Amino acid sequence: MAKVKSLADLKKMKENLQSKMDLREKSDAPDSMVQVKVGMATCGIASGAKEVMNFFIEESAKRGISAVVTQTGCMGYCFAEPTIEVIMPGKDPIVFGDVDVKKADEIIEKYVKNGELVDGIIPVNYNTID
Amino acid sequence: MRDLSEHIMDIIQNSVRANATLIELEILEDEKADVYKLLFKDNGCGMSEEVLAKVADPFFTSRTTRKVGLGISLLKQNAEQTGGSLNIWSKEGEGTQLEVLFSHSNIDRPVLGNIAETMMLLVGANPEMDFLYKHTTSKGEYVFDTKEVKEVLEGVSLNDPNILVYLKEMINENINTII
Repeated sequence: MAKVKSLADLKKMKENLQSKMDLREKSDAPDSMVQVKVGMATCGIASGAKEVMNFFIEESAKRGISAVVTQTGCMGYCFAEPTIEVIMPGKDPIVFGDVDVKKADEIIEKYVKNGELVDGIIPVNYNTID
Repeated sequence: MRDLSEHIMDIIQNSVRANATLIELEILEDEKADVYKLLFKDNGCGMSEEVLAKVADPFFTSRTTRKVGLGISLLKQNAEQTGGSLNIWSKEGEGTQLEVLFSHSNIDRPVLGNIAETMMLLVGANPEMDFLYKHTTSKGEYVFDTKEVKEVLEGVSLNDPNILVYLKEMINENINTII
């Protein structure tokens, strides 16, 4: 496949994509898709959240998963960065800690595809000591 | 932070949190004058003078989830290590401007890193915002403007993973011709 170098190339690629599948305006129906939120504050970035978020975007494109990958601020789990929150359609959000590329792959394969839980979940009832 | 692209991601998050609708980033490389300059501009909510005075203090943050705020402090430290500086101007209700100067030749200046990935992630996470990224070196200039990209996409969402992969490739190809 030729590389995208200009806006004209981008337009061509977009038209190719459109003919293959239906590209929705994602923000219209986020409830029907997998939502991945990556903690992208100073603590997250310093621990490699950028790489993890890039992995989620590239892999959802490659594996054909209908997902919205977005960023969020610091969730207060600086000790467990990179932290991600995954919301499957109709389910409660689940927060995973210490997510590197290997863990991210496991989350996609096991949790996103099959609904199996994997290690590294941060329980919601966790409270910080003030 | 391992490189400048990570710092840029971090600093632009501040503009995102300030509800900006247009975020501009300009990188200027001037080897003759030995300057490597980053300039951030947003039209977000801005800061009051009291907040502005504390902004480079690592123990100040507007967040409630934790008690430290290291983003600007870390960038300032990196800039000053090369003999450079970090300056902020801000006006409440109008926006914020941040200028970071590095010595281009200094061995302590972090490398740029994967800036295409940074821009792609920011655009994908904030499709409703506009980003303008301009990079100037002695070899030329590249401008990435999400307004132009949105016109070309004709209503197709910017946060589609397939589109984002193409966007990253486009920025990468163009940046590699000038740096």
